[in-house]
Amino acid sequence: MARARGRGVAAVNYPTGMNLGGDPSQALVHATTTGNFVVTLSSVDLGQGLKTVMQQIAAEALGVPVDTVIIDTADTDTGPHDMGTFASRSTHRTGNAIVMAAKEAREVLLQVAAEELEVGAADLVTDGKGNIHVVGVEGKSISVIETALAAHFKHGRTVSGRGMYLPTRSYPDPTTGKMTPANTYAHACTIAEVEVDTETGDVAVLSLKSAYEIGRAINPRMVEQQIVGGAWMGMSHALYETTEPYYPDRSHGPVDFNEYVMPGPGDLPEFAGVILERPSHDGPFGAKGVGEMTANAPIPAIANAIFDAVGVRVDSLPITPEKVLRGILAKEGEAGAS
Amino acid sequence: MPRVPVTFTVNGAEQAEFVEPGTVLIDILRDKLGLTGAKLGCAQGTCGACSVMVDGRLKLACLIPAERLSGAAVETIEGVDLGGRLHPIQRAFADGFAAQCGFCTSGMILAAKALLDRNPDPDRRAVIEAISGNICRCTGYEPIIAAVLVAAAEMRLARSA
Amino acid sequence: MEHVRGFFAAERTDDLKAVGSSRLRSDIAGHVTGKTQFYADRNPRGMLYLKMVRSPHHHARIKRVDASAALSSLGVVRILGHSDVPANIYTILRLIQVEPNDEPVLAVDKVRFQGEPVLAVIAESEAGARAAVAKVKVDYEELPAVFDVEEALKPGAPLVNEYHGHNYFTYESYPFRRVRHGDVEKGFAAADHVIEERYQSSPIEHAPLETTGCIVVPEANGRLTCYSDTQALFFTLDNAALILNVPFQKLRMIGGTVGGGFGGKVDVIVEPIAMLAAMLTNRPVKYAYTREEEMQVSSPRAAERIYIKDGVMKDGRIVARQIRLYADAGAYSRHSPYGTTKAAAHMPGPYTIPNVHVDCHCVYTNRTPSSAMRGFGVTIADFALEVQMDRLARLVGRDPIEFRMINAYRDGDMKAHGKVTDGAALVETMQAAAELAGWRLSDWAKRQSSLKREG
Repeated sequence: MARARGRGVAAVNYPTGMNLGGDPSQALVHATTTGNFVVTLSSVDLGQGLKTVMQQIAAEALGVPVDTVIIDTADTDTGPHDMGTFASRSTHRTGNAIVMAAKEAREVLLQVAAEELEVGAADLVTDGKGNIHVVGVEGKSISVIETALAAHFKHGRTVSGRGMYLPTRSYPDPTTGKMTPANTYAHACTIAEVEVDTETGDVAVLSLKSAYEIGRAINPRMVEQQIVGGAWMGMSHALYETTEPYYPDRSHGPVDFNEYVMPGPGDLPEFAGVILERPSHDGPFGAKGVGEMTANAPIPAIANAIFDAVGVRVDSLPITPEKVLRGILAKEGEAGAS
Repeated sequence: MPRVPVTFTVNGAEQAEFVEPGTVLIDILRDKLGLTGAKLGCAQGTCGACSVMVDGRLKLACLIPAERLSGAAVETIEGVDLGGRLHPIQRAFADGFAAQCGFCTSGMILAAKALLDRNPDPDRRAVIEAISGNICRCTGYEPIIAAVLVAAAEMRLARSA
Repeated sequence: MEHVRGFFAAERTDDLKAVGSSRLRSDIAGHVTGKTQFYADRNPRGMLYLKMVRSPHHHARIKRVDASAALSSLGVVRILGHSDVPANIYTILRLIQVEPNDEPVLAVDKVRFQGEPVLAVIAESEAGARAAVAKVKVDYEELPAVFDVEEALKPGAPLVNEYHGHNYFTYESYPFRRVRHGDVEKGFAAADHVIEERYQSSPIEHAPLETTGCIVVPEANGRLTCYSDTQALFFTLDNAALILNVPFQKLRMIGGTVGGGFGGKVDVIVEPIAMLAAMLTNRPVKYAYTREEEMQVSSPRAAERIYIKDGVMKDGRIVARQIRLYADAGAYSRHSPYGTTKAAAHMPGPYTIPNVHVDCHCVYTNRTPSSAMRGFGVTIADFALEVQMDRLARLVGRDPIEFRMINAYRDGDMKAHGKVTDGAALVETMQAAAELAGWRLSDWAKRQSSLKREG
């Protein structure tokens, strides 16, 4: 039994959003009488955790504690329009809409606080902990809760805002292909190490080590969730998955998880990653989308690592043990023949 | 077809239902008892999302017909927490970011509990085997394995204190 | 994971309070206690179950449909065929002005993929609906089928979709999406090496743990509330209203958490027919894919075939890249015309190549209609591009990372689709990955920057 190790690399970028289709998102923000901020959306959470990310973006833009932000989403009767959760667009598009809505709400908040404190609104800062302070004047401050109460019951102001983000739709020139597919791209580089069993063609992925450049990590542990989950999906895509195992014969397509094979917890490589940030010009706090791209670099990195290990180039997915073994045997045949 | 009676306990509470013959436990839990924490992912016994404990052992609720339940003690995710406080396994999953969409999480936690109930000091290999009947499409499993090991350590510490 | 803050530090202020904090997810308590709401975590009284009669053939004419035995089957309330659907055409792309609308909600005279829905059976129980589905008799006349993207484009290939009249999507009078930049033939002529390789992929399933589904509840005021795991609420609402031919205000979409989407729950495939069933029976209706349906009927990621021809210099510069890509849309368009455009836009990868020629074909075959999946239009392209880069690196005798650095795009570089590069970071990302993985780089490679190109 012989095992051969190899390593491979892949480097990719990925566009945020879908300039080439319709890509609008809206957000509404309003304060309750007691200084909580309801952010109303129609974004659907798929498990990537956008409710948390939006909460953090809203809190930062408003200048209030994250715990005072309430995300209300996924009801078309109450939420303003959102195109949908796909194309790695939500953090960027919906996040931008929230920033815009928060800006409007924050202006009202500071105007009311300014009147209460008898200063100009430009002299005020929020501390992110629930208070609004007069710059340079120790002890002169008002809580967000008091400000909200004053706005509602004394000043008759709505502490609310509307946000809309619509990137200009791009129509590709049919002849030249000139187009603007995106304004913002994230980046990734994965280095894979594999060990190939030269008698069976079986490939074990030993490690997937990646660097991701994503503009701004709104919640770093959640970015990590995408990187690790995506690396696993990439490994699965590269080595295991197909709905047509006997293509071009389309019979015996898998109909359950016994037949649709994916790597289990016993097949895991070592996952490692680092995060870089080159803020985008047009993302909320510079954020770019990361959700989709995380399987993309691992797949060719693994394919290249297999070549490095056994000199077999499999250029069709999935790279099954059978394909690897056929390649190994073909090489041995060539070697034998020469 | 005449319905059949079935009596069993769920999370310590007695239940008595009349069901169509062959109704499986997952449908009784979700549709009759409103216990929707266990999920239906495949109805084929291959994904683990419906995992519950029956008489102390981890079982797939989509494969257990009502006729097999009489007198059984069923434990679901709704019974895992400690009187409103999170169980250490739940705490470890939360702190460890071990869930994304959450659909596999109930089953994973039951699988972890089944392991730690009988083996309080599992190594990584034992954790992997314990959750090998539960599919996750989102997390890549690594944070789940880590969470179970963290929970095990915390539970051992609490017991020795 | 570590933040490598040294890169691009001048472009950033790291003084944010709420952003950048790894606070616990707001939904995690619900997840670990089983309380997070998914669409199916409800059981309205009187709910009916919808199951589909599906084509067993890849390509066939429907000669006769006999639902009489099914209609009298135990618990069956209603059976719907194409004539019950007010506007029997999926409209996914109409709302973003990408015609045509080539897919029926329920098959009319022909089926074009194995699993295509023909009749919707609505019954009091899931078992009753399944039993009734088995009793529906459909007489088919099988037709020759095509499963290969290049075979489908040959003259004489079986015509998959009469709506188009040919087995490809037309991009404003062109049979493929085109990108033209520079002159590849001149580039190949000047190159030291020219290679052409072919890459292929198989369709893959999203395989979310929660299958596609919805529950539609008629309200007292005549509206319909649809609890769905769609990834796009308004997209679904608007398309459903067009199919049902009802005013948009009649419909309300409510989403919970989706148990895994990955792009597979944007096809608006279950809601319209379930809404129709709820309207016609005035009872709640549940239509949920079984795992078998999720695996073999729901849209997969498109299979692709990609030819890449490259001209490369001895010093490592790629001077010409010609790409011919075939995306297998399967029997119907869905989002594939958009995804194929996205693939064209992605070429030639994050590299500055002076001569680029791209033809991306959206091809119809009798395979399962494909649609969006995580990395739509890009994932398979990246597989092809990055394996090709590995081949080229070895051809010119360069370290694979350094070869990529030679060609990596920098700020200010012109892209093949006519935009100027801005915000590039490929170089630094490779440097950081190399550091993490212990991949030794030369001093030259360590000096490279996305901000400017060094000789």
